[in-house]
Amino acid sequence: MKKIKCECGHVNPEGTVLCEACGKPIEENQHIDGNDKTKLINMRYDGSARRSLTYNRSIIDKIWSFFSSVKVGVWLIVIALVASALGTIFPQEIYIPIDAVSRDPAIYYEDQFGVFGKIYYQLGFYDLYSSWWYMLLISLIGISLVICSIDRVVPLHRALKMQKPRRHETFINRQRLYSESPNISDEEKQQVVNNLKKLRYKVRSEEGHILAEKGRFSRWGPYVNHIGLIIILIAALLRMTPWLYLDDYVWVREGQQVVIPGTDNKYYIKNKEFILEKYDEDDKRFQDAIDRVGGEVHKNYQTNVIIYKNVDATIPGAEPKLEKVLEDKVWMNHPLKFDGYTLYQSGYQQNEFSNMSFKIYETNDSDQKALETFTIDLTSPETEYEFESGFRVVIDKYYPDYVLDKGEPRSETKFPRNPAFVIFVYPPNTESPEISFIGIGKNIDATGENKFKLGIVDFETHFVSGMTLRQDYTLPLFGLGALVFMIGVVQGMYWQHRRIWIHPNGRSILLAAHTNKNWFGVNKDIEKAILGTNIQMVVDQQEVEGYEKTKEVHNE
Amino acid sequence: MSNLATLSSSMLYTAFAFYSLATVMFGVTIKDKNQQKKKGRTGTVAITLTIIGLSAQLIYFITRWIAGGHAPVGNMFEFMTFLGMSIVLAFIIIYFIYRFDILGLFALPIALIIIAYASMFPTDLSPLVPSLQSPWLYIHVTTVSLSQGILGISFVAGLIYLIKQIDQKKRSKKNMWLELIMFFLVACIGFILSTITFNLLDYHVTFEYPLGDRIVTVEYNLPAIAGPQDGELITEGAKDALFEAPSWLQGRNAAQKFNTLIWSFTTGFILYGLLRLIFRKRIGAAIQPLLKNIKPNLVDEITYRAVAIGFPLFTLGGLIFASIWAQIAWDRFWGWDPKEVWALITWFFYAAFLHLRLSRGWHGEKSAWLAVGGFAIIMFNLIVVNLVIAGLHSYA
Repeated sequence: MKKIKCECGHVNPEGTVLCEACGKPIEENQHIDGNDKTKLINMRYDGSARRSLTYNRSIIDKIWSFFSSVKVGVWLIVIALVASALGTIFPQEIYIPIDAVSRDPAIYYEDQFGVFGKIYYQLGFYDLYSSWWYMLLISLIGISLVICSIDRVVPLHRALKMQKPRRHETFINRQRLYSESPNISDEEKQQVVNNLKKLRYKVRSEEGHILAEKGRFSRWGPYVNHIGLIIILIAALLRMTPWLYLDDYVWVREGQQVVIPGTDNKYYIKNKEFILEKYDEDDKRFQDAIDRVGGEVHKNYQTNVIIYKNVDATIPGAEPKLEKVLEDKVWMNHPLKFDGYTLYQSGYQQNEFSNMSFKIYETNDSDQKALETFTIDLTSPETEYEFESGFRVVIDKYYPDYVLDKGEPRSETKFPRNPAFVIFVYPPNTESPEISFIGIGKNIDATGENKFKLGIVDFETHFVSGMTLRQDYTLPLFGLGALVFMIGVVQGMYWQHRRIWIHPNGRSILLAAHTNKNWFGVNKDIEKAILGTNIQMVVDQQEVEGYEKTKEVHNE
Repeated sequence: MSNLATLSSSMLYTAFAFYSLATVMFGVTIKDKNQQKKKGRTGTVAITLTIIGLSAQLIYFITRWIAGGHAPVGNMFEFMTFLGMSIVLAFIIIYFIYRFDILGLFALPIALIIIAYASMFPTDLSPLVPSLQSPWLYIHVTTVSLSQGILGISFVAGLIYLIKQIDQKKRSKKNMWLELIMFFLVACIGFILSTITFNLLDYHVTFEYPLGDRIVTVEYNLPAIAGPQDGELITEGAKDALFEAPSWLQGRNAAQKFNTLIWSFTTGFILYGLLRLIFRKRIGAAIQPLLKNIKPNLVDEITYRAVAIGFPLFTLGGLIFASIWAQIAWDRFWGWDPKEVWALITWFFYAAFLHLRLSRGWHGEKSAWLAVGGFAIIMFNLIVVNLVIAGLHSYA
């Protein structure tokens, strides 16, 4: 490796732009940061050598250079931004409304949004955020984060650790904030130093050369926050593995006890009671708002549950031996935690039918006097009912959630939300049944010759509570990533690395300053520091340069 | 309405009045500067008025909190007024750092427009639905809003920079874009004016239209230019819509929102036309002379500083607190809901902004454009995503 020795005696690594020790521009490398074309020197990373700008031979060098470019990083961010926006044009697959014509994406998008919907579907945008190319994009951002950070943090660390108060004159007078003051006494200089110390600057000196520095730790902010982001990306990657993350859903009706899916038959849940509360329609405070939406504003929905653990779960097929784990309530914003699982109140079904009572009466009896009555338990209906009077009833078909699909009766779901039956009624001493089709608002006599008719006497409904079960061991990692990111971003944004150099040159003093952000702030610091001395206030050389440039343009 | 609620809303009016007065005073500071007075007293008067206004709005906020039993950040009206308040607060903070009077002349009108816009939504106290009943509502919404207030200041500074720096001598792409921004601001005023006018006239007609397999009704408070698709006018004696809203507009009340949009743009065009007639030049060109004494470098610095302050806050409120709450309420910290995606887009955008600032070529004018763009994304997420793109966050 070719080393570069500066006239101050410091040996710099290849590719160094400004000497790590004294800051003197290294002649042959000025093009790297574009210093050859400007009056001011580029102070990014203090002109230290960066791998990406130094080596460009092997394929690895080229890949490294590519990903270490902030420009490439910004492009990746912009592409991710546009891609993310595309996914919100139409709802994503998971957000297709329940009452849509079809929840099949192949049908839904074209049906709802016409030809654009069809294209959207065909491009796979209905599930954009888990598409391979979106994930690839995010991974590329991750790679860019890592390489950008390493490419800069190592040399920056070297340069900041190495820097000496004594700087080369060209380093001083090519700073953005700069002034020259003739005839400055040592007392005045000392006064400035004291003022700077009062402003909490760390002051170091070397043969009369002074470096006052403040907030250097803020320079590490970007690298810290990038580490945070990388932790988050790793957490996201781990979350895709099945053993760190579990997501399941269970519907459990009031009074019912079911095994919780995803727990290997280890846990059971009992829905003791489901409570749905609405805001009081006469509540004076909210009167207008409640009236505006038509009197239905939910206040709370909650399930009172008992969680059981099956202590004999190892023996397959054995009768479960349940032990109560806890009894508690679960409601919105208040999930329930047990043994590493979290149970959420996610949704509910109102008015599911629990049972229906029927009666048999003579078709031509205008009073519809009941000859027999029977009740069907809709969660586990029996197939046959026999009566002492000789009547026999056979449930031929049961549609828990009846719909007529292209003329064919079928059940939309397996939940008794709109139950309907084909029932065979065998009057006493007959072998051939009378066939009836009956449901809510439907009572059809298939042949029109039935002597006996069925009627619904009563029914009972219940609530079904929808609960999500989660087990997510990646959450602490996400939390850690977020915390690290926040520390880094605050460190980098709310503090600034300010440096002020005092460079004696015979009787006169050269004053220069640099900050990584907030030039207004460092200007104010200097104003305070030189107060009461003859030291000239610094001039913003960039402003002067810019002004001269615009003058040139106007003169043309 | 209880006494407290009445007090609350009158405090909001008071704040509005004080902000308006303060705007005028900040305008007067320009004259002071032109007369070479350093640190005129007008600036102090203006900032004092602003602080009084903010205090009044704080009283509005606290009394409404007590009256409603929950922090007033639960619906569109409450959230937007809070955003207005955040912008004022952010302005005051930035003012005391930089002592830059003209910022107030632009920041306060933006806050005023936002508060007035907020008042176009139903303002009555509303109960909280179960998913919003959590302390995270206050934590998440207030942090997001404060960050957006500060990012709003970067927009204001960017706008000042553009008006100051863009050459208005001849028509160019740049000053056309700048005029477009001005037009949008005028259209917001157009929306407010047309809504207030027809509110005063107590105008409303009702339509019936099919939505899915149901028939629903919708009330128009502005005369119907675009009616609902296959809609039928029920109010007797009212004027029917001129045409039906296009069918690709989805969701409940889509046609009514579209109608409001038409009204906003129409009144916006008329207002803009009037302004052009009065000034006889582009609005940008008309304002430019007021800014002749400001230092562009300082304005650029403020643009950047505001983003530097706002970005970490936005990350905290808009992504981290949001995720924590989503994990508690909806069992997942991230679900690609449109609002979440647009928060991520906002974050990407400002991340790109901050990275671009690393290179010299992106200081000044380009930064200013970006600051305007960023705030446009924030407003898009607040208004369009809430009202047009249906999702879990459509509370308004």
